[in-house]
Amino acid sequence: MSATMPDAYVADDPAEAFPLVQLLTPEGERVTHPDYAYDGDDDSIRDLFRDLVLSRRIDFEAHALQRHGELGLWAPALGQEAAQIGSGRALRPQDFAFPTYREHGVALCRGVDPALLLGLFRGVELGGWDPVEHGFALYSIVIGAQTLHATGYAMGLTLDGEVGRNDPDRDAAVIAYFGDGATSQGDVNEAFDWAAVFNAPVVFFCQNNQYAISASTDRNTRGPIAQRAGGFGFDGVRVDGNDVLACHAVTTAAMQKARNGEGPTLIEAYTYRMGAHTTSDDPTRYRDSSEVETWKLKDPIERVKRHLLTQGTPQDFFDALDAEADELGKHLREACKALPEPDLATLFDNVYVDESVELQEQKAQYVAYRDSLEPEGSGS
Amino acid sequence: MTRMPLGKGLNAGLRAAMEADSKVLIMGEDVGKLGGVFRITDGLQKDFGESRVIDAPLAESGIIGTAVGLAMRGYRPVLEIQFDGFVYPAYDQIVSQVAKLHFRSSGRVAMPIVIRIPYGGGIGAVEHHSESPEAQFALTAGLKVVSCANANDAYWMIQQAIASDDPVVFMEPKRRYWDQGEVDLDAEPIPLHASQVVREGTDATVITYGPTVKTCLESAEAAAEEGTSIEVIDLRTLSPLDLDPVIASVRRTGHAIVVHEAAQTLGLGAEIAARITEKCFYSLEAPVIRVTGYDLPYPPSRVEEEFLPGLDRVLEAVDRSLAF
Repeated sequence: MSATMPDAYVADDPAEAFPLVQLLTPEGERVTHPDYAYDGDDDSIRDLFRDLVLSRRIDFEAHALQRHGELGLWAPALGQEAAQIGSGRALRPQDFAFPTYREHGVALCRGVDPALLLGLFRGVELGGWDPVEHGFALYSIVIGAQTLHATGYAMGLTLDGEVGRNDPDRDAAVIAYFGDGATSQGDVNEAFDWAAVFNAPVVFFCQNNQYAISASTDRNTRGPIAQRAGGFGFDGVRVDGNDVLACHAVTTAAMQKARNGEGPTLIEAYTYRMGAHTTSDDPTRYRDSSEVETWKLKDPIERVKRHLLTQGTPQDFFDALDAEADELGKHLREACKALPEPDLATLFDNVYVDESVELQEQKAQYVAYRDSLEPEGSGS
Repeated sequence: MTRMPLGKGLNAGLRAAMEADSKVLIMGEDVGKLGGVFRITDGLQKDFGESRVIDAPLAESGIIGTAVGLAMRGYRPVLEIQFDGFVYPAYDQIVSQVAKLHFRSSGRVAMPIVIRIPYGGGIGAVEHHSESPEAQFALTAGLKVVSCANANDAYWMIQQAIASDDPVVFMEPKRRYWDQGEVDLDAEPIPLHASQVVREGTDATVITYGPTVKTCLESAEAAAEEGTSIEVIDLRTLSPLDLDPVIASVRRTGHAIVVHEAAQTLGLGAEIAARITEKCFYSLEAPVIRVTGYDLPYPPSRVEEEFLPGLDRVLEAVDRSLAF
């Protein structure tokens, strides 16, 4: 490190620099916070636990499918389940989420069949689900681009009068997901600015999983990410991203504020990417296994299990959930292989709403060429 | 028939589109109170309000990126990029998002967005205010690209572009904003994606669009005085191309000259020449000639008259083709 480099990243000690909201400790103990509380009972915590377990199973199965050659790539969300389920379950049906390519847990919360997440990674689809039906935009791969889409959609909600009516069943807001690396992108900073200027009902949910592929957070930000919101003129909050109760409470409050017409919030969910960036990545080249071991102790699922066991949740509950997860795994394995193969000819039809004559001609050329290759008597 | 400048035709067309559909929004830098630096949106915020004519923060990627979300919400955003050379910060959102969302979503998400870009040189401007980036959009699958060249087309084409369910990059020849023309406010327009013969001729076909349509018409006028009959075709649509009128014309004349301000290499002229060669091979009596801006960054404005295709360069190319 050269002499001109600044001192160490101040957020190395996040508790000191920008305190984390925590409601459930890694040991499974519920704690209180002056500003935030989880408002559900143990049944609803069991529901969250179920989502956590199922989302981890989606990840596990998809990872295995990639290793078996059924997917070209997978972007694991291992370790980030609490951030995704906690925030995802704070959304209402009328809300809209704009994900990156790693929000598998949020997709589960939005009612997207997890099998449809596989299409993009299998190479048979570029999307896979109906964004409007689920209030869940397609996965976005260009880093940070979706934060502007989320902001524009939120501006549309305001124009349509969908905020600030004191009607919980109708008032709506938007949540934009992105990572720590994305905070270096111009688009994300433009989105912060636009959202502030137009008081847009959007929550910026940053999963700071501490790595942008190999670049640790200190290569993307000098200070705590949540602190940036202040410079744009809105509130930032830093939450333990491995604490599903805290993520739920903080996101619920921010979404409600947005639905009330009180503008944007930036949430930094401080978490850790336990797995590789993608199945093509090798994290042993840029981080120590001891660091990973440290974070295993803060696992987002184990702490909820500890809490539920302490509260006397019967073993039957865990056994039934394991069986449900096994069923989901089986569904994913079967559905993956059953995903329809794309047909290049039909792809021509979706470039435009009103297809051009030029493109129709190219399609006809392709089909004629393809047909010319068919051996005689092979049908079709 | 009403006589008005091209810029006023755009303004009237925007007004008509906003009256016809409450989902049409205008967004851009300085489009509200100021009416845009070229006054194309003059008076619209006053009449339609600040929620339909939105003065944007100074961020081009933000203008396009938020419009994607607005379009998903059911709006039809009409976006002004203040000058051609300022579109590049928005290039990613245009080519990776606007152009691809319909395809990526298997047709579930439409992007009825119009991106207006005042483009081209000839106004003595400083750097980044005179460029012709149309080919960079025409080569992107998922975008449609058009350019108007007269007041009547300005009035009708902007309305047609706004009515399009596909994203349209609308290239406005800024040095022609003040050119007067007759606008037929009642006539049924020809389709947006159609080329048009704007002067008939028999000896050579000159194919152009945007600001150089006028240049080529003046060239044809001068050539006529010397006994050469030039047919001039205004392409109007750059993506998709409508080359049927071009092919029909070149099959008659045997000579084709493509004229545009954008640089020669990989400009639209290259694609048009390739297609003419493909479709008119046995009719051609000379290679297709391109008269274009040179392969330079846009030069200092004191030499732009030499850089831009002018009347004499067009005539020289026609002579070269006829003498081949």
